[in-house]
Amino acid sequence: MGILEVKGVGKRFGGLQALGDVNLSIEENTVHAIIGPNGAGKSTLLNCLVGKLIPDEGSVTFAGTSVLGRKPHEINQLGISRVFQTPEIFADLTVMENMMIPCFAKRDGAFRMHAIENMEHEAELIAKAEKMLSDVGMLEKKDMIGSAMSRGDKRRLEIAMCLVQEPKLLLLDEPTAGMARADTNNTIALLKEIKETRDITIAIIEHDMHVVFSLADRITVLAQGTPLVEDTPDNIKGNPKVKEAYLGETQQV
Amino acid sequence: MFGLNKKDTTFLLIVIALTLFTPILMQPFAEGSGLAQFNGGYPDLMQKVAIFGIFAVGFNILFGLTGYLSFGHAAFLGIGSYAAVWMFKLLTMNVIPAILLAMVVSGIFAAAIGYVSLRRSGIYFSILTLAFAQMCYKMAYSVLTPLTNGETGLQLSLDDPRVLDGASEGHSLPVTNIFGLPMNASYKLEALGHVFTFNVGFYFSAVIAIIAFYVAIRLFRSPFGMMLRAVKSNQQRMTYTGLDPKPYTLAAFVISGMYAGLAGGLLAAMDPLAGADRMLWTASGEVVIMTILGGAGTLMGPVLGAGVIKYLENIFSKINEGVLHQWFSFLPDGLEDLVIWIFARFTGEGWHLTLGVTFMLVVTFLPGGLIEGLKRLNKRIKGGSKKRDKYDDPDPEHRPEPGKHVA
Amino acid sequence: METILLQLLNGLDKGSAYALIALGLTLIFGTLGVVNFAHGAIFMIGAFCAVTLSRLLSLSFETIDPTKVDFLGNPAKIKTPYVEAWFGHDFGGALIDWAVPLAILFSIPIMIAVGFAMERGLIKHFYKRPHADQILVTFGLAIVLQEIIKYFYGANPISTPAPDAFKGSFDFGAMLGFDPNMIIYPYWRLIYFGFAAVVIGAVFSFLQFTTFGMVVRAGMADRETVGLLGINIDRRFTIMFGLAAAVAGVAGVMYAPILSPNYHMGMDFLVLSFVVVVVGGMGSLPGAVAAGFLLGILESFASMNEIKAIIPGIDQIIIYVVAIIILLTRPRGLMGRKGVMED
Repeated sequence: MGILEVKGVGKRFGGLQALGDVNLSIEENTVHAIIGPNGAGKSTLLNCLVGKLIPDEGSVTFAGTSVLGRKPHEINQLGISRVFQTPEIFADLTVMENMMIPCFAKRDGAFRMHAIENMEHEAELIAKAEKMLSDVGMLEKKDMIGSAMSRGDKRRLEIAMCLVQEPKLLLLDEPTAGMARADTNNTIALLKEIKETRDITIAIIEHDMHVVFSLADRITVLAQGTPLVEDTPDNIKGNPKVKEAYLGETQQV
Repeated sequence: MFGLNKKDTTFLLIVIALTLFTPILMQPFAEGSGLAQFNGGYPDLMQKVAIFGIFAVGFNILFGLTGYLSFGHAAFLGIGSYAAVWMFKLLTMNVIPAILLAMVVSGIFAAAIGYVSLRRSGIYFSILTLAFAQMCYKMAYSVLTPLTNGETGLQLSLDDPRVLDGASEGHSLPVTNIFGLPMNASYKLEALGHVFTFNVGFYFSAVIAIIAFYVAIRLFRSPFGMMLRAVKSNQQRMTYTGLDPKPYTLAAFVISGMYAGLAGGLLAAMDPLAGADRMLWTASGEVVIMTILGGAGTLMGPVLGAGVIKYLENIFSKINEGVLHQWFSFLPDGLEDLVIWIFARFTGEGWHLTLGVTFMLVVTFLPGGLIEGLKRLNKRIKGGSKKRDKYDDPDPEHRPEPGKHVA
Repeated sequence: METILLQLLNGLDKGSAYALIALGLTLIFGTLGVVNFAHGAIFMIGAFCAVTLSRLLSLSFETIDPTKVDFLGNPAKIKTPYVEAWFGHDFGGALIDWAVPLAILFSIPIMIAVGFAMERGLIKHFYKRPHADQILVTFGLAIVLQEIIKYFYGANPISTPAPDAFKGSFDFGAMLGFDPNMIIYPYWRLIYFGFAAVVIGAVFSFLQFTTFGMVVRAGMADRETVGLLGINIDRRFTIMFGLAAAVAGVAGVMYAPILSPNYHMGMDFLVLSFVVVVVGGMGSLPGAVAAGFLLGILESFASMNEIKAIIPGIDQIIIYVVAIIILLTRPRGLMGRKGVMED
């Protein structure tokens, strides 16, 4: 029994069957990659996991709890954090404030006023946020405004914001899309370090095979809205079905 | 001090000092001198500045921090006034229960209206708040006449019960007071050829305004204030961080509604009548103008905006052609007439034209408002790059992202 | 049945005005992505075009008629409008009488010029700014326009009559076979409705059947792509702004006999028209027209005594109540598209 169990999930948009009968089980403390050609339904699947979309059929269970019908913020509180394709941070806030918000969210669980309180009194949360920032090597940038940072730094900050919540499952949606080579390598190194030093399950959607093969323990290949094969990276490399799925795509292009 | 950092404390102390010495500061020109029309019309004008300052500071908590542009905040001002006048009629002429009730009632209305309006954002939110405010306005004129006294407006009358004050004596209406000290009492002091007036009503409004301002500073610097800025910055990230933005925006809406109610209650405390005109959408537009003019999202901006607009309104409406003739009498005749004609369009009756033009200029060239203007000026004078306070830094990044283009 | 028909008819003229203003608003929004709070002021300027033309045509000179005396015993002064002196009594008189319909021709170039000036001079600089800024700057502009009109025409409403031929009412019910004197309807209101229908039809067919209209519709759907095709979309959008201004302007001209123009009529109509646009769906032309008539007619029904007896004051607030309900149940309005103004 994995930490995340997806059973028979399907989703239609009008006449288009985006997902059909998806079964997926992600084991605790592994890195599980989901790959597939464009339009395979990777993003749709991810959106079904975090509550942005509601599947038409099937079930999604996280750590024994069904996530279906829950709002995105409730699902996050269950312990699923999401990193977006384009880094989603609070661009108008400082790096430190960006970190404090997930700290509050984790501690309070839901809406709390804290209207007259002083930020300086939250020493425990501040220490936690600073520790996390130094872990990802961004402590010296803590007073910078989010929008002033490079894309790589934004990504790093976003990952730190997710990690400071100590999620059980971290979802990464093409974390290196649109990045320069150096930034990509930094991100891979960071993710490897996270994988080795923390008790965390990571699910990653990725296009870049270099990223996938350097991180993943298991890989699911999605094609036309349904899982084609699930195996270890080494076996996936030699699988003819996978080649066909990708080659089919290149021929169309 | 007061749980504020050093900078904010200094800031607050300056505001307090300015307020205390207002009667002296606002009368720089001796009575009867040619420049006397530039004296701030104390105490009426200064009361208005304090009260509308409260209104704008409250509006800024919603608009400046969360980016939700409400076009119906005047409704809460009007509701506050009605509630306060009812308190004067039924219970006592003491202003304390009246403004408390004003805040509670407008808070309840804000909770209901906010709960519905905040289900939408962007222009839809603006239109919803506008629709609710217009509804309140129209209902005050029609169905709710028993409560609002329709077009005449709600006023005191001799046969009001006033349970706590007992039967009214004599044939004149009682005046609002604070524990027996009448609001319209003034103490005059003559010195240096000037007459300085210390007015109870003004000091009362000023003390309330300072408290309101202090609360706003605390709120801006608090984790709650940070959450509100996070709502403005990126709701998607907020949701995926496990926080529902709605209760935060609703809390901000209710707080700013209560500020508006407080301002409305104070208006009634200074002059115990309430009319539906206070709820008209142009009144809502006015508080938006004040906030933007000063600088939305900054602490001092709304107060500055309220002060500038109320001061200019007072001064400009007082300048008539006679005054202009005095000023420009040194010019040759034909030129004098031309200059006076131009100035006359913008003064007196033409005050609204000045307001509109100022407003357009500020939005076009100084989107951060006067605070940003002062900052730029300061920077140019000093030439150096001082470390800036992020709260008072209305850089373009701080403003709401332009809405998605029509897709 | 008669009462229902009567209320339906009563709602038509107001609904027409809402529809015409909302059409321009939504056109500007759809093409330029700008929320224009000064659109009501354009409607108001249109109405004052009618006032201006009727004043111009009535300009007179005085002559002394020695054969008659006034009540003080002085020789009577006779005012003769210049147009009567130039074109003869009959034709000149007709010109004065028909000032309001003539003002349509008079107003179109003026309104287009006003629209161009607004777009080139001000709105253009706000395309990339947040909607809040657009609302605020056009709100400031509306105040300025309103004050200018107030200076030239004063604060009081100026009554501007319709041509004699259309004054008064007729028994519309009897024409349709109902009992006489049940449905009395003023001619001018019917004219207004017909006029609005023609204008709306013209705008729609212009957008539907001309190349220009096709480009504009494409631009409304996807501005960037059209720009990439090498089409100068900006110039066309300027023209659209002029067109929207002209539509609102002629709507104002024709409304002058129904509501004596005053300087704040624009603001009054703007608030309602915005509600109409939002109810119809931002950026949807059919939505704006449908919602305009729908709300106009609903308002008219709500003012029936039978209904007011059940819910007092409903006539004052019906539009807002409906708007709130629609916005909460259909977030995009009646015919709105996805992705418009949802941030």
